[in-house]
Amino acid sequence: MNRLPLPAEAAEQHRQFLTRRWFFRQCGVGLGGIALNSLLTGSAQAAKPGPAAPLNPLAPRQPHFAPRAKRVIFLFMAGAPSHLELFDYKPELAKWNGKLPPAELLKGYRAAFINPNSTLLGPKFKFARHGRSGAELSELVPHIASVADDLCIVKSMHTDAFNHAPAQIFMSTGSQQFGRPSLGSWTTYGLGCESRNLPSYVVFSTGSKGPSGGSSNWGAGFLPTSYGGTLFRTGAEPVLFLGNPKGIDPALQRDSLDVINHLNQQRLGVVGDPEIAARINAFEMAYRMQSSAPDLMDLSKESKATLAEYGAEPGKPSFANACLLARRLVERDVRFVQIFHEAWDQHGNLAGDLKKNCANTDRPTAALIRDLKRRGLLDDTLVIWGGEFGRTPMVQGGDDGRDHHPNCFSMLLAGGGVKGGLTYGESDEFGFNASRDTVHVHDLNATILHLLGFDHTHLTHRFQGRDFRLTDVHGEVVHKIMA
Amino acid sequence: MRTILHLLAVAALSAGSACVFAAEPASSSTLSTAQAEKARTHWAFIAPAKPAPPASSGKWGRNEIDAFIAARLKPERMEPSPEADRTTLLRRLSLDLVGLPPTPAEVDAFLADRSPGAYSKVVERLLRSPHYGERWGRHWLDAARYADSDGFEKDKARFVWFYRDWVINAFNRDLPYDRFVVEQIAGDLLPDATQDNTVATGFLRNSMVNEEGGVDPEQFRMDAMFDRMEAVGKSVLGLTIQCAQCHTHKFDPITQDEYYRLFAFLNNEHEGSRVVYPPEQLQQVDSLRRQIRAIEAELQHRHPDWEERLARWEASVRDAAAGWQNVETRNAGDNGERFEYFADGSILAGGYAPTQWTAHFRGTNHLARIGAFRLEQLPHPDLPSGGPGRSIRGMAALSEFKVEVESVVQPTNKFTVKFVRAEADFSNAEKPLEAEFDNKSGKTRTYGPIAHAIDGNGNTAWGIDAGPGRRNTARQAVFIPEKPIEVTGGVVLNFHLQQNHGGWNSDDNQNHNLGRFRLSVTTSTNATVDPVPGALRPIVALPRERRSAAQTAALFSHFRTTVPEWKEANERIESLWRQWPEGNTTLTLNPRDEPRMTAVLKRGDWLKPGKTVQAGVPAFMHSLPANADSSRLTFARWLVDRRSPTTARVLVNRVWQQYFGVGLVETPEDFGVQSPAPSHPALLDWLAAEFMDRGWSIKELHRLIVTSATYRQSSRVTPELLAKDPLNRLLGRAPRVRVEGEIIRDIALSASGLLNPQLGGPGVFAPAPDFLFKPPSSYGPFEWVEERGTNRYRRALYTFRRRSTPYPALQNFDVPNADFSCVRRTRSNTPLQALTTLNETLFMESAQALALHTLREGGTSDDQRLVHAFRRVVSRSPTKAEKSELLGLLQRQARRIAEGWINPFELATGRNELPKDLPPGTTPAQLASWTAVSRVLLNLDETITRE
Repeated sequence: MNRLPLPAEAAEQHRQFLTRRWFFRQCGVGLGGIALNSLLTGSAQAAKPGPAAPLNPLAPRQPHFAPRAKRVIFLFMAGAPSHLELFDYKPELAKWNGKLPPAELLKGYRAAFINPNSTLLGPKFKFARHGRSGAELSELVPHIASVADDLCIVKSMHTDAFNHAPAQIFMSTGSQQFGRPSLGSWTTYGLGCESRNLPSYVVFSTGSKGPSGGSSNWGAGFLPTSYGGTLFRTGAEPVLFLGNPKGIDPALQRDSLDVINHLNQQRLGVVGDPEIAARINAFEMAYRMQSSAPDLMDLSKESKATLAEYGAEPGKPSFANACLLARRLVERDVRFVQIFHEAWDQHGNLAGDLKKNCANTDRPTAALIRDLKRRGLLDDTLVIWGGEFGRTPMVQGGDDGRDHHPNCFSMLLAGGGVKGGLTYGESDEFGFNASRDTVHVHDLNATILHLLGFDHTHLTHRFQGRDFRLTDVHGEVVHKIMA
Repeated sequence: MRTILHLLAVAALSAGSACVFAAEPASSSTLSTAQAEKARTHWAFIAPAKPAPPASSGKWGRNEIDAFIAARLKPERMEPSPEADRTTLLRRLSLDLVGLPPTPAEVDAFLADRSPGAYSKVVERLLRSPHYGERWGRHWLDAARYADSDGFEKDKARFVWFYRDWVINAFNRDLPYDRFVVEQIAGDLLPDATQDNTVATGFLRNSMVNEEGGVDPEQFRMDAMFDRMEAVGKSVLGLTIQCAQCHTHKFDPITQDEYYRLFAFLNNEHEGSRVVYPPEQLQQVDSLRRQIRAIEAELQHRHPDWEERLARWEASVRDAAAGWQNVETRNAGDNGERFEYFADGSILAGGYAPTQWTAHFRGTNHLARIGAFRLEQLPHPDLPSGGPGRSIRGMAALSEFKVEVESVVQPTNKFTVKFVRAEADFSNAEKPLEAEFDNKSGKTRTYGPIAHAIDGNGNTAWGIDAGPGRRNTARQAVFIPEKPIEVTGGVVLNFHLQQNHGGWNSDDNQNHNLGRFRLSVTTSTNATVDPVPGALRPIVALPRERRSAAQTAALFSHFRTTVPEWKEANERIESLWRQWPEGNTTLTLNPRDEPRMTAVLKRGDWLKPGKTVQAGVPAFMHSLPANADSSRLTFARWLVDRRSPTTARVLVNRVWQQYFGVGLVETPEDFGVQSPAPSHPALLDWLAAEFMDRGWSIKELHRLIVTSATYRQSSRVTPELLAKDPLNRLLGRAPRVRVEGEIIRDIALSASGLLNPQLGGPGVFAPAPDFLFKPPSSYGPFEWVEERGTNRYRRALYTFRRRSTPYPALQNFDVPNADFSCVRRTRSNTPLQALTTLNETLFMESAQALALHTLREGGTSDDQRLVHAFRRVVSRSPTKAEKSELLGLLQRQARRIAEGWINPFELATGRNELPKDLPPGTTPAQLASWTAVSRVLLNLDETITRE
């Protein structure tokens, strides 16, 4: 009979196990000592490579090739902002205001709420050119306009879905079907986690509602749970179950952990299962997170100038706070931060709600980009701003609403190896179809992975008998937008 | 499976075999030569024979399983491990069979029972326990992607827990697996199908449903179909048939045509819900039915001329519904709610259900005169409870019925019809809206008489709620205008159906909308509602000799109410109806009268249907019986045909996987060409054949496995074993695995004595942070009303499973959230898990309760108490070293409490309150320090590990 194949990782696990036993038994280092050491040294870089680290599924890993971006901050404007009022100026549409669209445009077109054959609605806001690049942006986003030369504006996005939940899930996971790993999970799966005290993938939700696609937007799908995003709140207890229960003070918590670890260590000696060592490691990281996360969330440590620049107010949940926290997170080696701001579904009250939404998001977005740049982080941090689809050039209701529109929308990218001051792609004269250098959602995802150092066709996970990937069988890397 | 590590290996940085379109799209109907060859030769495609177990060569071994295991160990020069100690064995058995740790008393009893049958006795006791069904049903519920909500944006609560309980019961009564599968696929089609048989079809209904605004329901029905195909493939067949949705399977011999042939078996269903009754109510319903029938029989007996009377009545009403003409209308409002238009002129609402709104329909009519309008509400099997409305109970409330008339010839000639009278064949007595329809306006909103639909008051509506047992039937109303409408050249009729009587939350089950309805007009100016209920009209139309007994009985049941002299009997029956239980609803399947056409979808895109196909099965698998029809029942029986090459293997492999951490085939979802070879192919076949020989009995399979010497080995990992077989695929030891998320919570609840062992019922809202269910964490606000009573402490599998808000304490431990069928959970080991067991509400309450239990029943010395608490958690007694660690903690923290560092009340109760039920002679400070110790015990690796 043949020997069963002994996978490489099993051999590695064995080696680690022996190392760990040696560490625990021969060196006689108490776990309290390890914890103290970690606390003192603080970060993964400073800490010596701990013996337990390789057992950690989140151990840092190298991508396929040298990355341009080491981190991602994805500002997910859920509900789908109107490209026609924000980034994609269509003077021709203004001329056609109140007229029916040309019939050939509507062939095979499906809409969510409206009869597709509804009159066209001209852009509601003025546009002007900004920066050296002369990027054309709406009066709604003066702050974003002030960083125009750092932006790559993609005007030729298109997607497959035109209902919110499926379209959001499609943007986040490359599939309209639930249950696939999200972009952030794939990133963590590929790169591991550099932070020793914080999750590798952190999510905020700052809109008036949660995203339509729910937690599947940041779920691990069929990847192991540890790759999923962790939902943070912008308050004192950002992570669930982070705070000690009433009556447990820090000293009791530390004492309890020491006893738990000692007992687990004794058990490890009896049963020899390396998994116990992994658990000891997990408890220690949990403990570290208990002190590092509240520290992270404490915005009062930021200067007044910074708070003002973002429009953030300590203790008051907002998109601005989340943006500032995103910067603090990436500074602490968190790989992937995603802020869902579900607010952009303007079937009606288009002008009023856009003003409100831009008032909430424009300043913090620009501040984040500037702040990252000042700190030298923008070069290898990719910032993405956009929603799951666009809005119809046709009107919904009276004259102040637009329906869901998958054929064309805009997204902003900045930093992380993307060319600043670039407007990429075009839509037709109505902003109805992406018409030149079109970028499908799969292409965007392939490009993001490429910037992170991955060949999107090779970042796969075997499940249900086949190798899955973020981009399914599609996706062309958009090389032209890279610096 | 050795945890996560094995799964992730390295982030797979290789191309592998991603699902790809061939450059030249393969034909949808033919296989490559290689595939055809595999179809004949791949081991899993050949039905299992029953190999003889290898001859045993040593003393080790208790049954055939061991012979196979020993034979595989021998050439590796490995020995099986010695038997685990008895305490470990008992804890292992208990966790494996019922998912709960043994009580110390059970441990003592087992240790004291030195009889040779002691072990078997325990096995039998555990298999008889109703908790067995909970433990093993849960695995199936993963495969069945069971959840208590719809998924997608709205993610409303759904009611399908009857199905969950059906699964638990099926395991408890050891329903043979072949029958178990048949009922879930086609229980409703079995001869004399019972309520239970139909409830089982919830299996296919567990797919997600999207009812956000503007969806096309057909798109998401197709998504659900794909999901069902995958679920059946994964859970029953162990084949990745879903790979053939877009193109012929890349590896396995399944063509795209064959995928859609299988699809065709499932494509002919209505998807509504039905009213169901728990057992005691079901008895009550039977009894009420019998009593009503007896009174009617008595009436017929006392009035032998009843048939002539009935005939006379029929003659008098035969033409009462004549003269109505349907108005063919189309939706003239936005597409939030979607409508399907039937040939009979009726309209079915679907998709998003706004809760306070007006529907607009528009159509032309050319009658010279319109003397009256009619609105019929009609039941439909796609509606909740069968309709005719869209509320959970199938009800609708019509706030206002308005019609605007436009001249076809001169559209500016427009006027609103003034109605002066309305009548309905049924209106419920005036009543305020139920809480579920509260719109938070503070206004009193009522529904009742039909006049409310034309009173110009949007706060009053026509209601058709006839109460339990009689709601879900056709109703009609007739509206009489002040004067007949006479417009030369025809009219465009704009119907405005105001449906204001839903609740405030359109992301919840609060709609009160029309479901299926039909609009018609008549020239008659003295039209009335049909005296024959809509459900009986077709019977009246039948010649008497062609009516079934049931049809005649139904007709009589109505007719008797029209006979004044039968008042007394009618009243007696009416009082029986008033005792009818409310029941519940559950999602089921219902076959359509007319099958849908199934087409091969180009690239799996529902908008691109290609050629049509008939129901059928893949050519490489066993054939259908001759003359088989294309019903789901045919498909169901085919799935569990003894000739099926995979069905039995897949099931025994999954059971094996639960016991040993990894299956004999490592990929329980895929036995196809790409699957890794089984570790013990002969054992797999032997088990599969033995399983079928023993009548597909899952309990028999458990007996076989847990009484084997293989199962009873110690799980100790020696350096030698780790070197030779690090993943323990050869089973030279028992596996040592962290238990599943639900069991982790159950262990804490059980050890602390908090566990409420009640079986079944609706999902419970265990403690969870409220903000998770409110915007901006959740899309819509969801009412998670935390249980305050003992429901708080139910087993974790009863926790309400909301898809978009997975229950955090379970999700952190890899409990899947039912987005898709799952037959293999991951098993991770993360800091969030540590935070959960350390700090989450119920774990802390468990620590507090264990401390109280310990002071109350654990003796008087710290030493005794420690043993008591320790054994409740991990079954064994602590070692000396463990004792000294834990007592050290106890003393240190007692000192800190005494010194005032810690508030003992808070630690012991979570509040600054004197603990209740403090045993005499003990102090709050003692309770607090024991809480600290208990919390540590509940956080040990061993506590959440099956050794």
